[in-house]
Amino acid sequence: MGKEILFVVSRPPYKSENPKLAITHAMACYVADIHIDEEVEPIMAFVADGVLNCIKNQRSEAFYGIISTEQHIKNQLASDMKMFVCKEDLQRLEIKEERLIDGKDMGAEVDLEMVGFEEILKEMERCDQVMFF
Amino acid sequence: MATLSIGLFSSLVGSMNSDFALKLAEAAANKGHTVNLWFSGNATTLARKGQKSFKDYSYLIEKITALPEKGVSVAVCEACAAARGIHKAEVIEGITVHSMDWYVAKAAQSDRVLHIGGE
Repeated sequence: MGKEILFVVSRPPYKSENPKLAITHAMACYVADIHIDEEVEPIMAFVADGVLNCIKNQRSEAFYGIISTEQHIKNQLASDMKMFVCKEDLQRLEIKEERLIDGKDMGAEVDLEMVGFEEILKEMERCDQVMFF
Repeated sequence: MATLSIGLFSSLVGSMNSDFALKLAEAAANKGHTVNLWFSGNATTLARKGQKSFKDYSYLIEKITALPEKGVSVAVCEACAAARGIHKAEVIEGITVHSMDWYVAKAAQSDRVLHIGGE
């Protein structure tokens, strides 16, 4: 069993670099074992305005000329990365589950998991490291 | 003694985050701890050579260059730096250039990880 890092994203997508940095750092965990003798397992949790990263049909290519956060999230789901979305924050922003990114578009076997903040707190306690973005 | 990894995401100008992160890294190193300092996002601008001191702006070059001499591993994110036009040849001596896997590996094996700043 290697180390687990929880990446907590609280900022909205685009014009804030943090969510993309969280995603790219999380993906980098899959090759971290070239530096150390153990595997590093990333887990992501979207909270507060960070849940806005998880809405599907993002059109960043058209408006900003950059790859969408949606595409990155789908790639992560296709890599079987565990990804949580805070249920309370989705409710606060009136975002229904059907508006969330669907990992199955990329053939992913896992999907975004809507969980209560209590569950995310438990992950913070359980993981070896927590990185806030 | 413990290992501390600090991820810094703020630029030189705009907040006191960078000043604080460098002071913290220095203080931890002085106490004998192992310190990894990672410049990512806008913090990569701190690693650029040729910064000039003006009285109206933060000037941290001396603090930054002193850290590797104290044993602090200072590294800059290659992709974040390149996105800002900062390439290896322009990075201050003593600061290494790595991809993110280096940092997450260091962080995974640290006793504490702190992220400071961000946009």
